[in-house]
Amino acid sequence: MLKTTPFHPRTAALMEAQQWRRWAGFLAASAYEMSHEREYHAIRNSAALFDVSPLYKYHLRGRDATRLLDRVVTRNVAKCQPCQVMYTPWCDPRGKVIDDGTLHRFGEDNYRLTSADPNLRWLHQNARGMQVEIEDASERVASLSLQGPLSRSILEHAVGRDLGALKFFRLTNATIGGVSVVISRTGYTGDLGYEVWMDASEALPVWDALVVHGKPYGITPAGMLALDIARIEAGLILLDVDYVSARKALIPGQLSSPFELALGWTVSIDKQPFNGKPALAREKADGPSWSLMGLEIDWLTLERLYEDMGLAPRVAAAASRVSVPVYDGSKQVGYATSSAWSPLLKRYIALAHLEASSATPGKELEFEITVEHRRKRATARVRKLPFYDPARKRS
Amino acid sequence: MTYDVIVVGGGLAGLTSAALLAKAGRRVVVLERRAVLGGLHSTDEVAPGVRGDAVAHDIGWIPSSVMKTLGLDERALALLRPDPSAVSLLPGGKTLTLWTDPARTASELQRHSPNDARAWRGFGERVARLAGFLQAIYEGPAPEPLASGATELLSMLGLGRKVRSLGGAGIIDLLRTLPMSVADVLDETFEHPALKGLVAASGVTRLVQGPKSGATAFLLVHHHVGAPPGAIGARLIARGGLGALANALAESARAAGAEIRTGSAVTQIVTTEDGVKGVVLAGGDEIAASTLLSTLDPRRTLHGLIDPIYIDPELSQAIGAVKYRGACAKVNLVLDRLPALSEELLRGALVVAPDMGYLERAFDAAKYGAISERPYLEARIPTLHDASLAPAGRHVMSVLVQWVPYRLRGASWDGARREALGDLVVDTLGDVLPGFRERVVARQVLTPKDLEDRYGATEGSLTHGELTLDQVLFMRPVPGLSRHATPISGLYLAGPGTHPGSSIASAARAAAAMGAAKRRPFPRPRGDRVPLTR
Repeated sequence: MLKTTPFHPRTAALMEAQQWRRWAGFLAASAYEMSHEREYHAIRNSAALFDVSPLYKYHLRGRDATRLLDRVVTRNVAKCQPCQVMYTPWCDPRGKVIDDGTLHRFGEDNYRLTSADPNLRWLHQNARGMQVEIEDASERVASLSLQGPLSRSILEHAVGRDLGALKFFRLTNATIGGVSVVISRTGYTGDLGYEVWMDASEALPVWDALVVHGKPYGITPAGMLALDIARIEAGLILLDVDYVSARKALIPGQLSSPFELALGWTVSIDKQPFNGKPALAREKADGPSWSLMGLEIDWLTLERLYEDMGLAPRVAAAASRVSVPVYDGSKQVGYATSSAWSPLLKRYIALAHLEASSATPGKELEFEITVEHRRKRATARVRKLPFYDPARKRS
Repeated sequence: MTYDVIVVGGGLAGLTSAALLAKAGRRVVVLERRAVLGGLHSTDEVAPGVRGDAVAHDIGWIPSSVMKTLGLDERALALLRPDPSAVSLLPGGKTLTLWTDPARTASELQRHSPNDARAWRGFGERVARLAGFLQAIYEGPAPEPLASGATELLSMLGLGRKVRSLGGAGIIDLLRTLPMSVADVLDETFEHPALKGLVAASGVTRLVQGPKSGATAFLLVHHHVGAPPGAIGARLIARGGLGALANALAESARAAGAEIRTGSAVTQIVTTEDGVKGVVLAGGDEIAASTLLSTLDPRRTLHGLIDPIYIDPELSQAIGAVKYRGACAKVNLVLDRLPALSEELLRGALVVAPDMGYLERAFDAAKYGAISERPYLEARIPTLHDASLAPAGRHVMSVLVQWVPYRLRGASWDGARREALGDLVVDTLGDVLPGFRERVVARQVLTPKDLEDRYGATEGSLTHGELTLDQVLFMRPVPGLSRHATPISGLYLAGPGTHPGSSIASAARAAAAMGAAKRRPFPRPRGDRVPLTR
């Protein structure tokens, strides 16, 4: 039996299409309407409201909290200021990524770590001999994500104050609908956006207040289908789709290092010892053998493939999570793990793992397309990530 | 003064490895927390004016290679092998005796069970054959089934050859016997309950397992390693207590140039990402060295002395999962007269384990966190071998009491429980030795908690981790560390918590792993260690 989130009374009432999916053991909306299109456009044009409560959340407090996190994650936690958020992956001792998430620093010895998979045991294993209290706050804390160009205006109305000072990847305390919340300027869309964190028992008044204040701005509850397209445009990876956790990999070929996931910038190789450090230092010196890059599928060649079959071109409306081979001539040089038609960019885009020698922006490769049951190849160009990076994200 | 190697712990493992390393030209310093050497094998004052074996009162074997390298023999080490090996104290003042000579034991058994008398010699040969196989493994590096490479292949081939040399029936016996319970092995061989009880005791000694527990036959065979063939239960003791052995080893280490410091408690092993840098002592002094051998138990070393960020979390988890579970307490009694038994018999180990059911029931209590009401006892009287340990006319009796759990259910160790345990031991001996209670003039009781506090034995485990089949060979202390090197460059482990589960033999293996077999240059520890299995 899947659990429901604290917002379920509201999300269930909105759910016209019965498009639910499971997310970390919870019922999560794929799309509230039959098509996710309106929800997607809200992300890029007004504001979309997502229930992201199924995220795993861990609260860490105590003298050694910083030390513990610094040995677990690849970024330098000591450099994270109070009221700052850091995006970071974390690795196993082989330097292969286990999971990724955001780290919220509330105070000197007080943090929250969010993750896609459960990590309580891993944190405890790493905390042996340290003075730190680890709380699995996954169900105690509910969270909403408000994403889109009008998200700031809506939140300012809801909290009754200016939020211009809340910079990208910073957090602040506020009150919404009479409920104490933490607002972080974070999200999974690559747009201007915020995440709101609150006690699960007080979740509904927060939702209601946001909806009331957001109405004039076109606030739109949205599901995972819309989010999936936005995060591909933003070049943001997803566990179990774009990479396999080192904990679940069955063969070495399924492992990924941060460098191979375009997360080399998160690896603070000069900080204190952390899991995977020696392996990562070697990899940093030698250069990774794989790179995560963008691919843009050339529309004209794609059109021609369909034309040869006597068909008009078509692409699925939803993002694809099916792995697709990528070729350079006769040789397979990689595979795309996420692909989508970007309604905003009017481009067919993909996130692809490419062998280092092929991971040069502008390089022309081939992307496999199945047209009428037959495997074809369309020209695709290697692109730097992200595909979409509006100035308002950081402004 | 600079050192090549710091050895932490001045017990038998520390002193032996120091001697071997110093002999190989290393500048070695041994750091012992206590004022006397020997650790669990020291001779301490157990009552005013009376000295005795502090904790352990015998040892199993010393590899001949160690004695050869150090130029020592049993006499130089104050060692002797008592005969009889073991005497079972039975109700009604009866006894059953095992002698080092199997023929003499067989004739003794004749009056208990002619069938068992006939079976004795064959059983001894069988155990000796299996023990010979273990000894061959124990004298080399632990076989690493996960390792690859030509040398490993050769050593596995060598192991295969040793297995094959047992012959078809021998291989079957090996594979069949080691995982068996000692009770099943003895039930299919013997019929007399007292004989089975006495022999079964060496399959469960120091374990929180009873004779009906699986793989206790392994421990019976393990304890026969190094014993004269077929001399079941034969052990070595030291004249003057095992502290004399420790002192002889220390002398050998000093003669080879090692420095030994007592009263030097290591509070931290200083580590950087490059490896070991040295130690910090209780007083704040620091000693630098890039190579360190810890003979404390693996958990105490890796969890207690090293900054956790230098230890792989999975390794740390594995170390935390090692079963320590001390099973014994130690009671030292001062007697004003010898117990009422022939002096010849009193020279052996005196065992209260009248039958296997008694042992199993005694173990049952510990299974549920209670002290056995009728415990299994193993006693020795060291003053019979060295009268100078006590004032004239006095004797000291060293008693290991099993099963006494480290963790009591719903209770903790306190003074009242300690005294009650002392009473229990005196009463239990009083039931089998007429007039015994009146001869006890003083006593010292060391609970498993005391053994931990005083001798650093985690959970009171005298073997630095239980010697069960799942915790020996390449799994001792955990897979990946059985070759004594650790993932921390320059840090090595020895002691009974490491392969092959015996202090002195482990020291020989560790010293070899550290390159003592070769003269300088000092080898760098290998980087390609076997991965830890989950």
